[in-house]
Amino acid sequence: MTFRKYLVLAGVTVFAAAGDSMLSHGMKQTGNISLHHLSSVLLAVLNPWVAVGIVLLLAFFAAYMNALSWADLTYVLPATSLGYVLLALVAKFALHEQVSPMRWIGIALISGGVGFVAGGPALTQHPHEHSESPPFDSAQGKLLAKDARNGAAADEAVPSGAER
Amino acid sequence: MKHLYTWSAILVIVLASVVGDILLARAMKQVGDCHALYRRSGLWAVVGRILSNSTFFLGVGAMALGFFSLLFALSWGDVSLVAPAAASLTFIGNAFAAKIFLHEKVDRRRWFAAVLVAAGVALLAG
Repeated sequence: MTFRKYLVLAGVTVFAAAGDSMLSHGMKQTGNISLHHLSSVLLAVLNPWVAVGIVLLLAFFAAYMNALSWADLTYVLPATSLGYVLLALVAKFALHEQVSPMRWIGIALISGGVGFVAGGPALTQHPHEHSESPPFDSAQGKLLAKDARNGAAADEAVPSGAER
Repeated sequence: MKHLYTWSAILVIVLASVVGDILLARAMKQVGDCHALYRRSGLWAVVGRILSNSTFFLGVGAMALGFFSLLFALSWGDVSLVAPAAASLTFIGNAFAAKIFLHEKVDRRRWFAAVLVAAGVALLAG
């Protein structure tokens, strides 16, 4: 695992949490959508919260695909479930919502799960066509960590504006 | 009877999401390490390689099916049951499916993680 890969996992987590909460906020402003008025879905896109939420979810998808290209599904999913914890903390400290003891237990369980999986290897399967790509860890780690700062924004299809 | 409908909807959502995740994970393993590919041949090579992979589109289709069935179920089902049940069962389903179809080594550590996260999600959203 290199610094850059941790950055991608963090991107998956943060973009998903931020995108979901923006969509949710925007959809509450636009009101109910019924099956009989599907055209109102198109109008919902005009809401700035919804629009930014969609851009963030696209960024999430790009980061998620990036992560799946070098890590197991059973690694990426638990590792990025910290987003749920993030949402609860935002609800508590930014939105001043009540977080029940049940939810704190949930947060503890998820964090425990993330800790478990993060201690193990990221990739266990061995795809046959893997020989093409050069081995990526320890030796090159420092080099990658350095150019992660320059290249992270331009990497993948993540729109660079979405981070701000 | 309403219970039956709700749980069938949850089943459809979970199946579609698991199939989608597995197909996307397989597609991205066929594409190969994005970082390495990006460094070798640039962004467009990565995008082109992903967009020319048919498994990727099947996966996106399955994910979309899962998403719309979730929306549909939420419109008449109980939100506090459908959302957490679907999310946490998807975690467990993915662990099984990844072991069987992607041949990932789901050891005790990963089972534990999947179960803990699934339980946590169920508590958080419940």
